[in-house]
Amino acid sequence: MNIADNQQNNRDEYSRLLSEVQKIRGISIWRDVWMRIRKNGAAMLSLAFLVVLGLVAFLAPVLPLQSPQYQDMVKRQLLAPNVSQISLYKTSVAEYQRELDLLYERSRKWSEYASISRLYDDVAKTRMIWIEARDEIDQRFSNQSVETSEILQSDNSVPNRVQRYSEKFKAKRIQLQEQVNRISDGKDILKLKETIESWEANHPIHALWSNSGTLTRWMLECRLRFVGDWCIPSVLGTDNLGRDVLSRVIWGARISLIVGIVATLVSLVIGVSYGAISGYCGGWVDALMMRIVDVIYSVPFIFVVIFMITIVKEEQLASWLKSHGIDQITVFFLMIGAIYWLTMARVVRGQVISLKQEPFVDAARVVGASRIRIVFQHLVPNVMGIVIVYLTLTIPQVMRFEDFLSFLGLGVEPPAVSWGLLVNEGIQVITPVRTYWWLVVYPGIALALTLFGLSFLGDGLRDAFDPRMKNK
Amino acid sequence: MVLTFWVVYTLTFMLMHAVPGGPFDSERRVSEEIKRNLEAKYNLDKPWIEQYLLMLEGIVLRGDFGPSIRLSDYSVNEVIAQGFPVSAALGIFAMVFALSLGLSAGVLSAMFRGSLLDLSFRVLATLGIAVPNFVLASVAVILFSFVLHWFPSAGWGSLKQIVLPALCLGAPFAGYIARLTRTGMLEVLGQDYIRTAYAKGLSTRHVVLKHALRGAMLPVVSYLGPATAAILTGSLVLEKIFALPGMGSHFVEAALQRDYPMAMGMVMVYTGLLFVMNTLVDISYGIIDPRVDME
Repeated sequence: MNIADNQQNNRDEYSRLLSEVQKIRGISIWRDVWMRIRKNGAAMLSLAFLVVLGLVAFLAPVLPLQSPQYQDMVKRQLLAPNVSQISLYKTSVAEYQRELDLLYERSRKWSEYASISRLYDDVAKTRMIWIEARDEIDQRFSNQSVETSEILQSDNSVPNRVQRYSEKFKAKRIQLQEQVNRISDGKDILKLKETIESWEANHPIHALWSNSGTLTRWMLECRLRFVGDWCIPSVLGTDNLGRDVLSRVIWGARISLIVGIVATLVSLVIGVSYGAISGYCGGWVDALMMRIVDVIYSVPFIFVVIFMITIVKEEQLASWLKSHGIDQITVFFLMIGAIYWLTMARVVRGQVISLKQEPFVDAARVVGASRIRIVFQHLVPNVMGIVIVYLTLTIPQVMRFEDFLSFLGLGVEPPAVSWGLLVNEGIQVITPVRTYWWLVVYPGIALALTLFGLSFLGDGLRDAFDPRMKNK
Repeated sequence: MVLTFWVVYTLTFMLMHAVPGGPFDSERRVSEEIKRNLEAKYNLDKPWIEQYLLMLEGIVLRGDFGPSIRLSDYSVNEVIAQGFPVSAALGIFAMVFALSLGLSAGVLSAMFRGSLLDLSFRVLATLGIAVPNFVLASVAVILFSFVLHWFPSAGWGSLKQIVLPALCLGAPFAGYIARLTRTGMLEVLGQDYIRTAYAKGLSTRHVVLKHALRGAMLPVVSYLGPATAAILTGSLVLEKIFALPGMGSHFVEAALQRDYPMAMGMVMVYTGLLFVMNTLVDISYGIIDPRVDME
């Protein structure tokens, strides 16, 4: 009976222990980090700011902004920040009509004079004046992509024009498609393709927001349908070509952020694989790989990048790449990513070397996992903590670098906008006579705030991951 | 070291000659004979390997980078001799500024930890790091030159003209050095030997400057190597903004216009500078921290 009692007591004891143990909830490293970083005010603020920035940048086509690339050198050059009403094409039919009338008046006077003087030069000059002035007005008002007569139509708001154009284009496209199906001659197909391309290029949306992908185009059309022609006025001023600074800053955010993130991801992929493989292999493989990293590290990379970008910008090479679907921005990503993987590789290698001794690696090896599997399935996820910290520290460096390149003129090309390009243009207009401070200050603030936020976030993450700071 | 130079040389050579187009493509169309003569003069008509070896021989044996193709009256050595003092002076000023400001800010920050002074220094340091130096330069030019009229906005020659570029170039590094110093000082000030020094009755100034600073300097010193590289690259942009007659502008021009000897010369000079700085940093490790033994 004692034995039975003992056994019962033991069982009770064990079941009590079991229920206690089951109540303990372990904390995953991510949850721990999240809880710690929540106490860091600056990091949370930065996170909020960056999330908002990302959302605004993503939704930029939907926001009722002015066009980031439509130039208007007549009336909107270098305006200080203001709140005057503005619409998408910035000038109205009435103004266009008035300019045309003035032109008619002027050329009529000239032709009168020419008929009196009867000099051949005067007649020729009349014609030239007429042609030049007419071209200039057309260029100002239609930006070469809208038929002039369309502007004179009373119903010329951008959404209506887009709709009309789309309908016309659809009909034309069906017709062209039938033609392509019927003809089998290579040259004609090429010509038809070119016609289709030129119709694409003449789309009214293309004049305002060129190079838009499918999703962007869809968002723009939504915006046109719901908000129409109305735009937020130039609260941040305009630049020397009449383009609105606010919309350029927001559209520039898209490119700058995308370049930052994607290039960092590229460097992450390269660096983590390289470092993990090097750390795990050890021995001469490790020594060799690290030697390579050291040699590359001491090369002043800026020059290599400048060379490579000069190479890629070359006409033939650029068009060859484009035909293969790689446009300039992708090359950009790859190149920038190729610079920043070195630090990541070193850091990952250090971590992997210290993790190599852990029992779970032995266990995996005993079970029969191949080396690649051990490296990528077991070691890399455990290194992710420090990798994420370095990620948030590399993104600002990448963005700075992209701005630096844009500043030197080697970066993103117009009509695409990026913050570095904006600062570049701003600096070019600085004169002691009139300071156009809004051209430099606002993109500078945007850049500074983003980099600031990323730095704080990176610091906060680093502190949160650091086990020594656990109970501060 | 020699390996690094050789790798850089080969890499630059390959890149330069991989770019399609030669240095004479964008000029006026010259007749064929003239073009051939020009190419023969600059050895451009020989096969690659021979050009490679010729240039290598020129650099290694005579220290001569050859004539500049674009600036036809100058040899590359002359251009470098002209521009190097300017860039070097700018870099040195910037470094001195960064070190002095950064160290003092970091030390004060560590000593008065948690106070308003500390907080404001930290914010300023982060600001210095976050803002790219050309943005800072443009804002500074607007503010100090056009609004306040304290400093001239461009040019080179007088002391006044060097202040603004050096400040803008050195600001991010000052910020970073302040942070590093602060962290280092915080670690050192908790050590036992500092307590001993205080217990001996030494003044705060004595303790901090003579004992604590040496220990905190190590991360700063190891940062100086990459900082030099960054200063060199940063100067490219600032020379453009402030119109300084330094080397940076020549480099970008040379790369864009395929001036092979000039580009090669620039790259080698920068690599050499970098290498010298890194070696100095390594040597100074041994001086500052006696526990490190010198190889």
